[in-house]
This record gives sequence, C-alpha cells and structure tokens, in this order.
Amino acid sequence: MKRLLLLISLLLCVGRASAALEPVVLQGLASDDFDGKQAAVAALSAAGDDADAQRLLKALSEDAVAVAGGRLVIVAGEQVLDPASGAPIKPAPASPESISLNNSLRQQVDGALAAARLLSADRAERLTAARALLADMGEGAALLPLFDKALAREQDGEIKPILVQLAAQAALGSPDVARRLQAVRDLAGSGSPAVKALLLPLLDPANEPEEKLRLEAGTAIKAIDARLAWSDTAGQIFTGISLGSILLLAALGLAITYGVMGVINMAHGELLMVGAYSAYTMQALFRAKFPEFVDYYLLAAVPVAFFVAAAVGMLMERTVIRHLYGRPLETLLATWGLSLVLIQAARLLFGAQNVEVANPVWMSGGVQLAENLSLPWNRLIIVAFSGFVLLLVWLMMNKTRLGMFVRAVTQNRPMAGCVGVPTARIDTLAFGIGSGIAGLGGVALSQIANVGPDMGQGYIVDSFMVVVLGGVGQLAGAVWAALGLGVVTKFLEGWAGAVIAKILVLVFIIIFIQKRPQGLFALKGRFVD
Amino acid sequence: MRTPLTVKLFAGLGPRGWLAVAAVAFIAWVLVPMAHLMLPESHPLHVSTYAITLIGKILCYAVVAVAMDLIWGFGGILSLGHGLFFALGGYSFGMYLMRQIGREGSYQSDLPDFMVFLDWKELPWYWTGSDHFLWALFLAIAVPGVVAWIFGYFAFRSRIKGVYFSIITQAMTYAAMLFFFRNETGFGGNNGFTDFKRILGYSITAPETRLVLFGLSVALLLAVIILGKVLIASKFGKVLTAIRDSENRVMFIGYNPVHYKLFIWTLSAMLCGLAGALYVPQVGIINPSEMSVANSIEIAIWVAVGGRGTLVGPVLGAGIVNLSKTWFTTSFPEYWLFFLGLLFILVTLYLPQGVVGLWAKIKARRAEKAAIAASRADPAPRAVASESKIPNGTAAKGA
Repeated sequence: MKRLLLLISLLLCVGRASAALEPVVLQGLASDDFDGKQAAVAALSAAGDDADAQRLLKALSEDAVAVAGGRLVIVAGEQVLDPASGAPIKPAPASPESISLNNSLRQQVDGALAAARLLSADRAERLTAARALLADMGEGAALLPLFDKALAREQDGEIKPILVQLAAQAALGSPDVARRLQAVRDLAGSGSPAVKALLLPLLDPANEPEEKLRLEAGTAIKAIDARLAWSDTAGQIFTGISLGSILLLAALGLAITYGVMGVINMAHGELLMVGAYSAYTMQALFRAKFPEFVDYYLLAAVPVAFFVAAAVGMLMERTVIRHLYGRPLETLLATWGLSLVLIQAARLLFGAQNVEVANPVWMSGGVQLAENLSLPWNRLIIVAFSGFVLLLVWLMMNKTRLGMFVRAVTQNRPMAGCVGVPTARIDTLAFGIGSGIAGLGGVALSQIANVGPDMGQGYIVDSFMVVVLGGVGQLAGAVWAALGLGVVTKFLEGWAGAVIAKILVLVFIIIFIQKRPQGLFALKGRFVD
Repeated sequence: MRTPLTVKLFAGLGPRGWLAVAAVAFIAWVLVPMAHLMLPESHPLHVSTYAITLIGKILCYAVVAVAMDLIWGFGGILSLGHGLFFALGGYSFGMYLMRQIGREGSYQSDLPDFMVFLDWKELPWYWTGSDHFLWALFLAIAVPGVVAWIFGYFAFRSRIKGVYFSIITQAMTYAAMLFFFRNETGFGGNNGFTDFKRILGYSITAPETRLVLFGLSVALLLAVIILGKVLIASKFGKVLTAIRDSENRVMFIGYNPVHYKLFIWTLSAMLCGLAGALYVPQVGIINPSEMSVANSIEIAIWVAVGGRGTLVGPVLGAGIVNLSKTWFTTSFPEYWLFFLGLLFILVTLYLPQGVVGLWAKIKARRAEKAAIAASRADPAPRAVASESKIPNGTAAKGA
C-alpha cells in the first residue's frame, strides 16, 4: 500500500517535474509522519538535477533542514534560506527546529543525491555514482525516472551497462508488465547475489501475477547462478593458491634444511616469526625516521628479514645443530628447545601481545573480476612474491657453484668432501639460506596474518606436511604439494568448515604417507640404512 | 624349561629393587596419609593438599614418561603424540566424572552443562554407559589402545620410522586437538570437562579421596615400572632393543619387527590412557590443550632429562622437569620457556644418557680414580676396577 502511494505521488510529480518544490512537497517534509516525508523525498529525487531540489536534498543529508515559524527552511550557518529559491530569509525566523530523518529516509536521500550525480557532466563522477548506487541500493523504484533520463543521455560504454542494470532493478516494481519483463531480461546478464535476491520473490505467484514473468525470472536466476558458481570456484581456487603460496614460502626453507640436509628443524616456524618481526621493526624504523617513505618499508624489510633470519639460522647451526648431525631425533628435540627460546625472546623484546603490521597503501584494495570475485592485492603480491622466491631458490640450487656444492653434499657427503667441497661450511651456508627463505616467508605472512610470538607454531606442522608430501629433497615436489594442499584445503573448507577440512587434510596425508612413504616425487635410487 | 611368572617377576627386580618398592609403597600409603591427616597444618612435617595434588599429578606424568621410555628408550620410536593417548584416557574417565555431577551443575539438568548450553536434548551415542565407573575405566584403556593399534598397524606396516613417524604422530595429535576443540564433538569444546563433584559417590575434594587417588597413582607407577622391568628382561625386550639398534638386521635374521613395535606401541598408549584417567580427578580439569603439540614434545624431554633406556630415569626426569616448571611458573614465569628450551638443547648436546647416565659416569670416574690410586699404592695392576659401569646397549641411538 505504501509503495502504491509512493508510486502515485511519483507519477504525479513526474508529470510536473518543473514544479518539484511546490508547497505540497515542502509541507510533506515538514510533516511529522515519515510516510509524508518519504513521499516528499521521492518527489525530490524524481526532480533529478533540478538545482533547487538538489540543494534541498543536500541540506537534508547534512541535517540542515529545519522548521521555523511553521515553514520549511534551510539553516546555513548564520543565515536561514528559503528552500524553494535559496534566497536568505530576512528577518531570520527565530528558533529553527531541525527535522528528523530515519535510516531508510536517509538512505533514500543519499540514493537520490547519488542518482543526481548520474547526470553530471564529469564522466568519472558519473561512474563513481553509478558504482556506488549499484553497491548499495535496494529497489530504488523512486529513482526509476531519473535512471531513465540518465540512460537516455549516457553514451559511455562503461557506465551504460551499470545504468541498464540500475534501471532494471528499479523497474522490477513498475506496474507496466512489458517494462518488468524487460527488466528481468536485463538482469539475467548480472552476476551478483544481490540481484538474485531481488529476483527470487518474483518466483512466487503472490508477488508476481504474470506467469510469463515468473518463468523469465526463473531462467534469469539460473543464468545468475551459473555465473555465481563459476566465480565462486574461481575464488576458491585463488584463495587456495594464495594459501598454497604461503605454505610454499614456509616450506621452501624447510625443503632445503630438511630435504637437502636431513635436519629436522622444529624452530623453522620461529624463523618465520623472526622474518615477520623484522618487517615490524622496519615499519617502526621507517615511521620514526623516514615517514615520507613509510609505504615502502616492505621493500626494505625483504632483505633485512632474509639476513636476520639467515643469521639466526646460521648461529643455530653453528652452536647446536652441527653437533647433532646423524642423530635426527635429538636434532628434533634440540631445535624444539631453540624454538622455545626464540619464542620467549620475542616475548621479552616485543611483548606477548600481537603487534600491528600495516599493509602499505599499494597493497590494499583488489582487482574486481566479477560481482562476487575480487582478488585482494596483498594476496596477489604474495603469490607473485613466492613465485619470485621459488625462482631464486631454483637458480641458486641449479645455476650457482654454491647450489652445486649443496647438491653434491646431499647426494654423497663423503665423496663431496673427498673432491674438496668444504662440507661443514656448505652445511652452515645451506642452513642459513633455508632460514633466510623462512624469513622471507615471515615478511609475506606479516601482511595477511597476525604477528605475534606464537605465530610460527601454527605453521610448523603444515610446512612439514608439505615437505613430507612433496618428497624429501625435491623443490618440484614441494611446489606441487604446497599448491595442492592449499587448493584442496580451501575446497574442503567450503564444503565442511575450516576445522574439519584441516583434520581431513591431515588424515589424508597420514594415509598418503602409508602408501608412498617417499612422497610424491621420490628420489630414484636404493637406500638402506 | 620355562621359568614361572612369579619367579620371573621376583628376579626381574632383585632384592634391592623390591626393597625400594616396599619403601616407596610404605611412604605413599602410610606416612603421607598420616602426615596429611594427623599432623596439624602448622607442623613442619605436615603434607598439604597442594603438595599431594602436585605430587599426584607428577606421578601421573611419570607413568606417561615410563610409557614413553618403553617405546623410545627401548624401541627407538620417538612418539610426539603421547599427549593424545593421555588426553583420550582423561576424556574417557572425565565422561564418568561429568555424569557423576548429576543435577548439581549450573543448569540442574541430567545432561552435562555444556550440552545444555548447546541445546542438546539427549546424550550422544558414545556417552552410553559413561555413568558406569568400570566402563569408563575400560574406555580409558581401550580407546587409546585401539587408536594406537590402528595408527601403529598402518604406520609400522609401511615401515615408517624415525623422524617421519615422529612428525606423523605430531600431525595426529594436532588433528585430534582441532577435533576436540569443536563444540559439536560433544566433549565440551574449548573448556573440556571441569567442575567435577564426586567419584564413586565420594566427594572429589575430600582429603581421603585425594589420598586414595594419590596412593593409586603411586601404585600404578610402581606397577608400570615392574611391568617394564619384566618386559625388558624377557626375550621380547631383547628383540625390541635389537630392533632399536638395527631394524634391518633383525628382519634379516627372521623376526617381523611390526609385531614387536605394534605391541609395545599399543601397550604404551594404554598405560598413558590409564595415567590420564588418574590425572583428571586429581587435577579436576581436562581440555583439548592437553593434546597440544608442545605437551607431547615435553613428554619426550622428561624422558631425555632422566635418561633413556632406563626405567628409573623417566620418573626422575618427569619429577625434575615438572617441579622446576612449578617453581619457575610461580617465581619467574617469563624465564620458564628459556629454561625449558635450554634444557632441551643442553640435555641433547651434553647429556645424551640423562641424569642417570651422568650418575653412572660420575661413579665410573670415581672408580677409575680409586683404581689409579690403588695401583699407585700397590704396584700390581688391577684391571677390574676400571671397568665402566655404563650398561652396554642402553646407549639409545636415534633411528
């Protein structure tokens, strides 16, 4: 009933667009009941870019409209303006009492203001207005005439489709059957869950008497569903790859220290933490010393984290791990001890609470691929970054002398020693590089996860799983295992929830190891202890 | 000829061992209860409730440590999942304790409070029979046993060993912890079980109940040590240590290591479950954090500190580590992790045989010095005294 009233008042107003600010409208705004105000605002919005209507709407959104001496006025600082002409009223009436708006009215006012901007001469302004309206608008039936007007004028290829959709959404409530049918057909091209929600009531005969339209709405919903399903899947694959790239960064270092050197480093997660805290420290340093470059602290954090984590790693290797080569279980316990010491050291240095590491401006926001699929820049950059690190590691292992030595020591330690490879120094360096890569992983993590003393503990099991699944000593294995685990985890999460997904993945790995203890990519050869 | 079991049992410990057992039993069952109940609180020899609970808790830990030592020290299998078996035992028995609360919970319902909170109308099927003491006790042993058997069967059959096995057990307990953290699992989620009121109808906070639980913990520990002694002295124990030292060679001479490992692994898990069942009523709470990765690794350090491959060592280790934990966390909480971390590092680097090994070393060195002094005084050489006292083969190797 309310809607009908609104429509009638709207149609009346469209007929007399030039008379938008006639006393009836103003009286409606001044009235006490919200229905009257709503009709008045609807009339105002239908007036489009009429300057007087705009002024009043703007004043409404700024809470500057008041009632003084039985008439509507706009309060502008010292002056009191006449809403119809915008001219100051003299003498100013005493004690203007500002009129109240409820939430839905306020929304309507904002929508009307945005809609008016659709008629602006500036293309960028029109585009932003159209996008904003699309993002948060209900049916907006009151704005339909305005949309039609804007659509008639619009020439731009980017704005026009948005306007078509806006107009179609607004036209769903139109009394004209042909118009509604056209609207449903237009909306079938959309891929947004909000549009689907708008179309769903049309399936019910109580809301939509025309059968033709109900059928059409059904097809439209199916089309939207298909598009939604596609972008959902794409989104899941992307978050899976993003998780996988984090796992890869965490596991790459481990693939070197465990895979290549056979050292179980339980403190690997804490090396991630060292990297993350390096990023935090660099951020604090930039804020204090170079506030103008604070957005680029991350670029400085990358090498710093690498070298700090590498130094910590080499120190660990020199002091503890070196003495435990060939005793893997003892190494496991000793490195667990190291991890406890590192955690407590971080607590004493930086406090037990999580610290705040901000995303630089250039990493915020995202790429909008579809209505419900947006790829955040920070995740995209991390995926690219892990690819970059992977490339570096591959080059280092395969194209440098150091890499050759590391591979030689892996394959046959005594023989490598015999031909002059300084095996002890290679161990330290390889451990340092593995730790440094963990530090890089920590920098990446600091951008998407909490940074705290315990942050590394959550990754140790996962990164071991990657290395074990991928096969020891295999970079390719680690890559496939990390990405595979990431994607599978995300799909399972969508299906069964996060905790069950995690459990399923762990159970899967446990079963997998039973079948293929060597991992996905086994080294060819015969070993017996 | 087969030796009768009683003779074996007696010979397994030797007269000095039995004397020690009798002394411990006397202290635990007679002296401690007397000191707790009969002496006034101001008396210097009075044993407080706090001390009884603390020692009872540590005794349960010691049982876990011995169980861990059976597989690690003698079988060479480092498990990072023993916290799971301990917690499973605790949860099984905790179910009984939850049912014993009856209608005295905050919601005055027949169901445990957390189920009322979740708006459940009846007990889930796996809570069937949990109001029977014996069934709960059976579950506390059987559940960890079955879980361990299934896990071990697949793991040992595919010849997973060394660090791989350790990492997988870690993943297992991690997965279980996540599972128990869920409210829908039906074990109280985050908070686990707590606020127990009664056990077998007796108030759980009464001093007599605490003393009985304490005495039972001592009895369990003694029983486990004796069982360990007998096992290790038997042929089974010999094969087990042989598997630890060289699994392939044992296979080559015709033994199937899977059976041996599976047996000791399952037994160890069941003992842990029993310890967990005794732990929960004494401490009064069980929650999923008992299954955390850190807890399970800590068990390994108790054994390492005390000395692997001995049965007294783990008991000492559990005592030393946990007493220092209590002391540190009350006096300097911020340094506890440093201490624990350094303990891990230093013990693995410098004390591979633990405290017991250190003691043996010191004794051996003294004997050597005495021998040298004796040979100076008496020019005739004596070779006997310089013999090392460290038992051969107990030098536990990593896999």
